[in-house]
Amino acid sequence: MEPFRNLCGIVVPLDRANVDTDAIMPKQFLKAIGRTGFGPNLFDEWRYLDRGEPGQDCSQRPLNPDFVLNDARYWGARVFLARDNFGCGSSREHAVWALLDYGIRCVIAPSFAEIFYSNCCKNGLLAIRLPAEVMDRLFSEVLSNPGYALTIDLAGQAVAMPDGQLLHFEIDPGIKRRLLLGLDDIAMTMQSAEDIRRFEVRRRAEASWLFPE
Amino acid sequence: MTARTLYDKLWSAHVVREYDNGLALVYIDRHLIHEVTSPQAFEGLRLAGRTPWRRAANLAVSDHNVPTVHRECIEDPISRLQLETLDANCAVYEIRQFKIHDLRQGIVHVIGPEQGFSLPGTTVVCGDSHTSTHGALAALAFGIGTSEVEHVLATQCLQLTKSRNMLVRVNGRLAPPVTAKDLVLYIIGRIGTAGGTGYTIEFAGEAVQALSMEGRMTVCNMAIEAGARSGLIAVDDKTIGYVAQRPFAPRGPLFEQAVAAWRDLHSDPGSSFDRVVEIEAAGIKPQVSWGTSPEMVVAVDARVPAPEGDAVKRDGMRRALAYMDLEAGTPITAIHIDKVFIGSCTNSRIEDLRAAAEVARGRRLAPNIKQALVVPGSGLVKQEAEREGLDRVFIEAGFEWREPGCSMCLGMNPDRLSPGERCASTSNRNFEGRQGQGGRTHLVSPAMAAAAAIAGHFVDVREL
Repeated sequence: MEPFRNLCGIVVPLDRANVDTDAIMPKQFLKAIGRTGFGPNLFDEWRYLDRGEPGQDCSQRPLNPDFVLNDARYWGARVFLARDNFGCGSSREHAVWALLDYGIRCVIAPSFAEIFYSNCCKNGLLAIRLPAEVMDRLFSEVLSNPGYALTIDLAGQAVAMPDGQLLHFEIDPGIKRRLLLGLDDIAMTMQSAEDIRRFEVRRRAEASWLFPE
Repeated sequence: MTARTLYDKLWSAHVVREYDNGLALVYIDRHLIHEVTSPQAFEGLRLAGRTPWRRAANLAVSDHNVPTVHRECIEDPISRLQLETLDANCAVYEIRQFKIHDLRQGIVHVIGPEQGFSLPGTTVVCGDSHTSTHGALAALAFGIGTSEVEHVLATQCLQLTKSRNMLVRVNGRLAPPVTAKDLVLYIIGRIGTAGGTGYTIEFAGEAVQALSMEGRMTVCNMAIEAGARSGLIAVDDKTIGYVAQRPFAPRGPLFEQAVAAWRDLHSDPGSSFDRVVEIEAAGIKPQVSWGTSPEMVVAVDARVPAPEGDAVKRDGMRRALAYMDLEAGTPITAIHIDKVFIGSCTNSRIEDLRAAAEVARGRRLAPNIKQALVVPGSGLVKQEAEREGLDRVFIEAGFEWREPGCSMCLGMNPDRLSPGERCASTSNRNFEGRQGQGGRTHLVSPAMAAAAAIAGHFVDVREL
């Protein structure tokens, strides 16, 4: 995983609650067996007017002019504003891969669904929780200021607004460390291989029916 | 010793080690694998030169992407490649797999319990959010992403933070023919689609104890629709009776030994929960979702609600009404449907098919129904249903009797809604586009779906 680096990025706002991972990455694109190339189909059903299928040249497809990603002022966005319970529903990690592939590096919302949040952490996509009233303010500022950008400082746990005002955010210290260093979770767990083996020996003694092999 | 919740017991029995930042390394007893969320995990394993930690802890099956007719050849080349990729990965890594023509093939959350692969007291994971289903067996079961699938393959563990404890206590009895599905939809309507976020929900109380194992699986299945990664139900005689004699379950003295341990899989009297929700079962009516989130649900004798609440909520309700092409104030029973789907990991077990067949018996689909699918949860469920003659009941009523798979619950295979079509569905998600782009989903129980198929619109199954 790439270490998370501080960034200053254009902000795109998606003003609806309970956005599910079916909407972020519709099912027909889950047939892929790789991790890359999902960006053009991010929010496919909201973003295009035709029916999306794998293998299309998305640059030729009719865009939905009412969908926020198609508004030229948000092109190149790297910071994504969302509402409560973002990423609910299916566990598909493809939703996170699509956001990253599109260029998003940080999602800010009042709350996230758990599996989605965990998937973000595993892929270096920073998910920041800010209180609903702060989110209201960010939504209103981004709507009234073309080119609105936020600076994200993970080490300092702060979002800097264009006027320099800092919004502090909380993050689990373990998750923060892994994001900053780009650590591989599996390699970290492998350092506990002896603990795992000891656990298995003990568990096999206590509950041998779980080890039919 | 202090009183502990069922979740606390399951958690502490699986902690391999704790890290200093609140994270724990948790051992995973059982890992279910399917074709959609595993290819990238196997690829990651291969790129890192790693091998599965414990092959026997894994069981693989294709379910999401499989056709439910003409399975002799899969026409869509992209689907076929994904199915072949699972076959190849299982062959290379020597992982047990039920292939498409195996009688035991089916939806991963149906076959886990059916085979006795998921057992009480285990940790069960799968790259699918509806893994919460297996919590009906008092297993700590939850959905994971693909990175975590790779993590479990490589280490048999996951790095997790402990959830908080929530108890949903359902007092009294459900009034038949109100079912487990109605109960769980009602609960989601009460606590909301994020009401369980950060919690493991234990379902308890007289009404939950009275449910069959199939009904309990339906309830735990939809814990994730209330935001909770896991749902749990304590072990009782029904649990043990269900597990006995399953192919992967222990036998003989080992079974007795296991049962002795499983008897402790309940929350101790006096154990404390971070949140308790009390529900009265007697007043719960058959439920029908009207919107685009499972929390947008009302009783069948109610009307489509008008937007209410704060600005974000009102806006969400307005958007849902527009997408569903419904007007506030419309009686639910006045909503006509185009298609019916009976199936999914929520409602495709034998009891579900019996309940739907009971309604369909001797009747015919309404003329406005374009298609009504019955998709059994597994080859074994299908076989049992056919033994009982349920397939004939459905076919004579005009339903299509299909091969097992996830099918129109998510429409990855050719079973889909077309734009604008309205479906009475026994599945778990009514999200925009879930069953096909532009499709409109109403979540209901199997009996309610069958009744809607016969009437052509929603009807109160209690009045049939």
